[in-house]
Amino acid sequence: MPFWLEIIINITFSYIASIGFALTINVPHRALNLAGISGTVGWMMYWFCFRFGMGRMLSNLLGAFIIGILGLIFARIKKCPVTVFNIPALVPLVPGVPAYQAVRALVDGETFDAETAILKVAIVTCAIALGMLLSTMFIEMFYRTKRFYRRKKNKI
Amino acid sequence: MADKESVNFHQEVIDICLTAGRLMIEGGSEMYRVEDTMMRIARNAGVEDPRVFATPTCVFMSLDGGKLSQMKQIRDRNINLELVDRVNALSRKFAAKKINISELRNRIILTADATPTFPLWLQVLGAAALSATLMVLFMDNYDWVDFPAAAIVGAFGYLAYIYFKRFTKVRFLSELIAAMVMGIITVGITHLFPNMITDNILIGALMTLVPGLALTNALRDLFMGDLLSGIVRLFEATLTALALGGGVAIIIKFLGA
Repeated sequence: MPFWLEIIINITFSYIASIGFALTINVPHRALNLAGISGTVGWMMYWFCFRFGMGRMLSNLLGAFIIGILGLIFARIKKCPVTVFNIPALVPLVPGVPAYQAVRALVDGETFDAETAILKVAIVTCAIALGMLLSTMFIEMFYRTKRFYRRKKNKI
Repeated sequence: MADKESVNFHQEVIDICLTAGRLMIEGGSEMYRVEDTMMRIARNAGVEDPRVFATPTCVFMSLDGGKLSQMKQIRDRNINLELVDRVNALSRKFAAKKINISELRNRIILTADATPTFPLWLQVLGAAALSATLMVLFMDNYDWVDFPAAAIVGAFGYLAYIYFKRFTKVRFLSELIAAMVMGIITVGITHLFPNMITDNILIGALMTLVPGLALTNALRDLFMGDLLSGIVRLFEATLTALALGGGVAIIIKFLGA
């Protein structure tokens, strides 16, 4: 499969997946489209990082970071809570595959494989949470410096 | 009778705040936002010193330096972001003095009674689209054979979840049954079409109910300093994961795949 086709498939499918999850958790109508866009950007960030060999943890962290920043920007535009954009957007990043593999391995009685998969889930979840936290910190710092410089300008 | 009137006023404020907090937690909001919204409503109503403590199972609030203090239990918790958005918008309107306090109370009660949801067919369609597309994204080898199967299994699993949620108060039971339904349909499909892969279909379909978001939310609560609610939510997410995994595991063990 050519590279550009893969990119197109990833973009459309991550958009559809985010919107689909948004429908099942009853996101407000006006936020649907932006939630989908946020999910697409986050997934593409993860996909490119993972493809260029940055490792699972760092790619997840960067994806969640971008989603967090976009969520905060969209929340300011639409006057919605941030969660409305973040929860559907994070769906493609959720570690579904290792979680399933863990359960499957446990059923088959392969405890060692199950342990590895559970550890993977924990690492990815922590990476996502850290990314969200970093985005909150980043935005707060940004607005604080902006306010600081505006105040300085007003004084002069 | 000024004193009695003030007691009535405080009772009204506390009622509104507790209902708002309950609705936001039921909708799946973060804890600091719940506490913030309740404090804002109380301050905008003209109460000097409101104190709030929110956990996923209970909200506490006291006003006026301890003269009045009440709590409210929260029974069912799921994700319904429309609720969070509604309450947030009402609180904003109240802060901008566009509506007064009795109007705020009426509207919050109205929100509690009738939250608009998407029609069921649209939700099921969303679940189907989500399972099929996520299956392709996750597996990373673009197998189009399992694409329709994942959509069908996801849709029926979600339908089963919604259907059984009406009969039982225990959420984990409906999740378990939904996972079992998914497992049965998947095993049936793979018997009919042997070139499909059970694992791929199930990974896609289970994403409709997966608690990964509850997990992420819980970790965020923990990082934000709401230790109690973070731990409670972490445990809830683990229980959901166990219910889903258990349902699928039972089916695979008995029917074989």
